[in-house]
Amino acid sequence: MTGTFIGMPAFPAAAKEAVGNEVLRANLRRATHTIRDKRARAVAELADWDRLRAAGKAVKDHTLRHLDRYLLELEEAVTAAGGVVHWAADAEEANRIVTGLVLATGEREVVKVKSMATQEIGLNEALEAAGIAAYETDLAELIVQLGHDRPSHILVPAIHRNRAEIRDVFAAEMGAWGRPAPEGLGDDPRELAEAARLHLREKFLRAKVAVSGANFMVAETGTLVVFESEGNGRMCLTLPDTLISVVGIEKVVPTFRDLEIFLQTLPRSSTAERMNPYTSMWTGLGPSKGADGDGPSDFHLVLLDNGRTDTLADEVGRQALRCIRCSACLNVCPVYERAGGHAYGSVYPGPIGAILSPQLRGTGSEIDASLPYASTLCGACYEVCPVAIDIPEVLVHLRERVVQGGPVTREGIRVRIRPARGHAAERAAMRAARRLLDHPGALRAGERLLARARRLRPRRLPGPGRAWTDSRALPELPAEPFRDWWARERGERERPDRAQQDRGEPDRERPDRGEPDRGGRA
Amino acid sequence: MRVALFVTCVNDALYPRTGIAVVRLLERLGVEVDFPAAQSCCGQPQYNTGYRYETEPLVRRTAAAFEGYAYVVTPSGSCAAMIREHYPRIGRKAAAEGRGGELAEAAASLGPRVYELTEFLVDVLGVTDVGAYFPHTVTYHPSCHGLRGLGLGDRPRRLLAAVKGLELVELPGAEECCGFGGTFSVKNPDLSAAMGGDKAGSAAATGADFLCGADNSCLAHLDGILRRRGAPLRTLHLAEILAATEEEPPA
Repeated sequence: MTGTFIGMPAFPAAAKEAVGNEVLRANLRRATHTIRDKRARAVAELADWDRLRAAGKAVKDHTLRHLDRYLLELEEAVTAAGGVVHWAADAEEANRIVTGLVLATGEREVVKVKSMATQEIGLNEALEAAGIAAYETDLAELIVQLGHDRPSHILVPAIHRNRAEIRDVFAAEMGAWGRPAPEGLGDDPRELAEAARLHLREKFLRAKVAVSGANFMVAETGTLVVFESEGNGRMCLTLPDTLISVVGIEKVVPTFRDLEIFLQTLPRSSTAERMNPYTSMWTGLGPSKGADGDGPSDFHLVLLDNGRTDTLADEVGRQALRCIRCSACLNVCPVYERAGGHAYGSVYPGPIGAILSPQLRGTGSEIDASLPYASTLCGACYEVCPVAIDIPEVLVHLRERVVQGGPVTREGIRVRIRPARGHAAERAAMRAARRLLDHPGALRAGERLLARARRLRPRRLPGPGRAWTDSRALPELPAEPFRDWWARERGERERPDRAQQDRGEPDRERPDRGEPDRGGRA
Repeated sequence: MRVALFVTCVNDALYPRTGIAVVRLLERLGVEVDFPAAQSCCGQPQYNTGYRYETEPLVRRTAAAFEGYAYVVTPSGSCAAMIREHYPRIGRKAAAEGRGGELAEAAASLGPRVYELTEFLVDVLGVTDVGAYFPHTVTYHPSCHGLRGLGLGDRPRRLLAAVKGLELVELPGAEECCGFGGTFSVKNPDLSAAMGGDKAGSAAATGADFLCGADNSCLAHLDGILRRRGAPLRTLHLAEILAATEEEPPA
């Protein structure tokens, strides 16, 4: 397993490997079903869940509609509270800013609070290239980092690992990064957690610089909010002298009061907790501007775009920016459960990743063009989403972009993109099918031909049909299509006009068809 | 009462017995059934694969074929969801692309008149006991578009529970997708087969004689897996169970 997503194969090929890995399938099945069931129970406790969900969606939509205004308001408030705000158009710029800030402190190591934005931009790799060691302090991120692995889940990045594997990683790797694992470490969760605690404590007490993300930013007050459940975030946010937070621009909410909604929906959706264990909030350097020595004396906020403004320009796709990274969609997704997170080729796996990555990165690469198809459109993700992102709708919208091309915004400029490569045969087949289906005469002839060929039904089909017959028998073909049965058995009432049908015209002059009783649905 | 049957292209070509069952069932309940021959495919495979422009002629055709009917009944949750949920989106996009409101009007006119079979039986006819007889053990898989798209709820189960002689056994993990997903089944064949294999395994473990569903496309996928495995469990569309009587058992 490498530490990069570059050059990933398309989703189906990457998923094939995961499907065949029985240990991985068992790990994922156990973990996703446990969290899935707990979430369902935690959500069911709230009588007003639907209203909270609608309110979360409304607040996010309103903020995105006026994002320019709220970001400027936020900048003003953070600056007034002693923070410094930086604007980064893309990953490269954000990495340059953060690297420069760390180097300016003279330090060569940083502790990190779990953050999706810094993973998205590959900050750890950029820091390493500049000679700076970045230590992940979230337990699961630590497992991933020590294992030279990649995260496979937004919330539980080591979900693909079982405790025996984690023990092996700790025993083999901790020594190279700092305090080694105790001799004879077992795979009891308490023992593993204690080993991580001892290893991390050394880092917390030594570090002078911390890097975080944020779950929310309040425009009105300039307050940043981090949700976490291990206390490692609280350590990083309070002990070091310098704090650098890299946050996607879509994380802003207008007022402090808006947090009330997400304080309820995020913990229940992500970890099935009624109340989040560690919720840290800070406003710049605080009222004393860091003069009392409590908390960092230097705070930088790096506002990250990296494709978000372009995504915002798309009327259907922009709803993906409502995401609060809870992972409920991953835990409920039957495709994620079997493919695992790595197959998605991005730090954002699962259903939300399948609509975020092809928007933030574009549909140019093989993996990104295949992600919109990494779903059966079963709708379970939409059902659990606490901000009501209609993921299936966006998936179909992005499929259009892949096979038809169309308008997209790239770096603020509206362009028309061409269809992705590799869909020519499919496009021709779709066109042929449409011509057949739009001419019932031809359709009936085709159906009859099929019925006549019923005895020839092969066990395996050649070409693209193999994808069906490799694992499934073909259906038995009927002796005649339904239309022919109807014409024979009920036809005297219908008297279909063949010529008219063959032109594909509905026969409009048939008398007494449908006495309009528009009572509507019961 | 007179209704138009939208049999769907899959049933027309591959599962005529499902269409025949709907006709017999509705006629038995005193409903007059028409089959407008201009109907074809609702366009779901094209639309869900990303070919919206190839779908538009089929939206026009379907809307025209059922013009004037107060009730259009279809034995497919996913085709009903296509018309009710996605036709309006296709109309909105066409209008936004400056191609007029014709598709949006067609969608707005047809959508509210389309009923999935169990909706029509329970909500419009107001029946749950349709006078059927089926002396077998049955487990029911609620297909996703019916379950989450249309919100069919417990309508199919209530109809099955009222069938004389039928023993309904719960399917563990019933609400999880079977892995068919239209072109997903061939674009991601390994995942589709893994999902279908798990669903088929759960269904077989119930010990039921029949795995029943309200969408033949999902059932074709599951049936193909069960047959390839040589499992004795057979799949059957809900309509065929509801049409069955002591005098006329299913074919």
